[in-house]
Amino acid sequence: MTAITLVEAVTQALAYELAHDDKVVIFGQDIGVNGGVFRATQGLQAQFGEERVRDTPLAENMIAGLAVGMAIGGMKPVAEIQFMDFICASIDQILSHGSRIRNRTRGRLSCPMVIRTPSGGGIRAPEHHSDSMEALFSQIPGLRVVIPSSPSRAYGLLLAAIRDPDPVIFMEPKRIYRMVKEEVPDDGEALPLDVCFVLREGKDITLVSWGAMVHETLQVAQKLSAQGIEAEVIDVATVKPLDMETILQSVEKTGRCVVIQEANPTCSLSSEIIAQLAEKGLTSLLAPPQRVTGYDTVMPLYRLEKLFIPSEQRIMNAVKSVLEYA
Amino acid sequence: MSHQTTTVAHFDIPYFRYLDPEANVLQPLPAFAQDSQVLVKLYRTMMLMRIFDKKAITLQRTGKLGTYPSTLGQEAISVGMGAAMQAADVLCPYYREYGAQFLRGVKMEEVLLYWGGDERGNHFAHNKHDLPICVPIASQTLHAVGLATAMKLQKKPQAVVVAIGDGGTSRGDFYEAMNVAGVWNLPVVFVINNNQWAISVPLAKQTKAQTLAQKAIAAGLEGWQIDGNDVLAVKEALDNALIKARSGQGATVIEAISYRMGDHTTADDASRYRTASELQAHEKQDPIKRLQQYMMKQGFWNEQQEQQLLKDLTAEVEEAVENFNQAPLPTPESMFDYLYETLPEAYQAQRAAVMKGEKP
Repeated sequence: MTAITLVEAVTQALAYELAHDDKVVIFGQDIGVNGGVFRATQGLQAQFGEERVRDTPLAENMIAGLAVGMAIGGMKPVAEIQFMDFICASIDQILSHGSRIRNRTRGRLSCPMVIRTPSGGGIRAPEHHSDSMEALFSQIPGLRVVIPSSPSRAYGLLLAAIRDPDPVIFMEPKRIYRMVKEEVPDDGEALPLDVCFVLREGKDITLVSWGAMVHETLQVAQKLSAQGIEAEVIDVATVKPLDMETILQSVEKTGRCVVIQEANPTCSLSSEIIAQLAEKGLTSLLAPPQRVTGYDTVMPLYRLEKLFIPSEQRIMNAVKSVLEYA
Repeated sequence: MSHQTTTVAHFDIPYFRYLDPEANVLQPLPAFAQDSQVLVKLYRTMMLMRIFDKKAITLQRTGKLGTYPSTLGQEAISVGMGAAMQAADVLCPYYREYGAQFLRGVKMEEVLLYWGGDERGNHFAHNKHDLPICVPIASQTLHAVGLATAMKLQKKPQAVVVAIGDGGTSRGDFYEAMNVAGVWNLPVVFVINNNQWAISVPLAKQTKAQTLAQKAIAAGLEGWQIDGNDVLAVKEALDNALIKARSGQGATVIEAISYRMGDHTTADDASRYRTASELQAHEKQDPIKRLQQYMMKQGFWNEQQEQQLLKDLTAEVEEAVENFNQAPLPTPESMFDYLYETLPEAYQAQRAAVMKGEKP
């Protein structure tokens, strides 16, 4: 089997669902003929036709509203917002409607839509092409927010998202679209939503991350292992609803925790994790939890980009301070 | 301009009506108007709306209903709309379409439940697929084009009717929806209830466009303007637009001119921004009186039938109010039970705490 990249795993998952479920339709700007600006939908229009793989006019709120209406009308729409930064225009449809239609009709209508969107920085992109907005969407009741960190998890989680009866925001960290290759059998097997994945077991410290930062976190875990320190690495994957149980169980074992994220720290997912750690896991902790995050600034343009995104060194510094806490 | 030009595009906006405010017949009536039973049903539904509307406002003023948007003076639009639609079509209302909703199986007590603060009012026991009313203005137009796209993909011979106010036509969603309806040739009918006011903002402050119907032209669609207080014109326009939509000829924008005789909602006081004389001047445009006069002139409606109808409809409304008053309160845990198909583990503790009656 050839190993594939994360973006190719996305294509593979989309193709699988288009082939096996008539209700699946994908659309967005440039996703048809062009195959998407990141080639995530490459070849799909040629294979499945223009009715089910559509280029839309240029309007993000329209794309989200179409997805809401199509989902209510019995389809399984998978819409693309070209860069997560542009999803701001879609928030009205996602928040006011997609996330609420089941609730406000007491279950009479529902919205099984997926909105997929490349997120995060690190590719020297122009302005407004690098945001990670998982925290914004985690605030919205009725949504799921999912972010894969590897090709196999991208495949399995996207299948699960498409099959889920409720709306999912599927963030694809563009920095790792082509970073790693993995063999991903095209077997249609979905991964579970709503649970963390323990990627590496260890007894000395719990490292919690998601998306692209999982890559740096695993590198740090390897370096620690060479020093005789075993880190447990948790990939949150489903950012909302958050599986705090897995994190608490790990911290009960290790007593130490560092949360690593690319996004701004204030009111972020790391805030939520640490708040819940304090509420429910305080007595397990042998040291204050730490978080390694971006800054409360706008992601800078690419000359300073690497300063913003947590480096392995910054993660290692936080780990060391937690391990050395008296 | 000192240079020569050629005209590369131009447009016409047609307008029509059948009955003027004095119920004079201005042109040959459509076929359905030959059937007195059809007209009586239209009349009945408009009258029901009016009696219901009055009752709902009373309920709000006595603290039994939350904020409620009146439909006074605009009854012909939703009744004509609802009468033209098929059961399997889908309605995307904004919030002044009770006539269409009642014709399509929504019960008065459900409307009261909703404005009375209970989501079960949107559950629509006898209408499985219409959308509930829509608060974020104009956002329903995008749902409509999504629903219409689904219908086309599923090869259903149906159409979507979406209603919007004059104010709503300023919003981006409306333009985005018309645009995609045009380029994807969608089976959707946009009905603009131009009642001249968006809360306190009159049409003249809303747009420079000479008509609202012509906003369709920018999307490559036909725009028609009608007298929205002539229920015959409304039904005929909707009939034609729906035939167009269902036969693959795409979308239409219909601007129905009416007047908002009531306040925007019970939380508004229109006397702050418009004069009593302006209101009075529009009384002669009343859609219900217009049809009544026509039916009486034609000899198939009389004062006796009028009184009986008022009696019957009042009783129906009273029964609905009674059902509304008797409806039990929702359970506390119902806040959680419809967020997802299955409530995730992450929120179970909160739900349990609410059931127990304490803060989590």
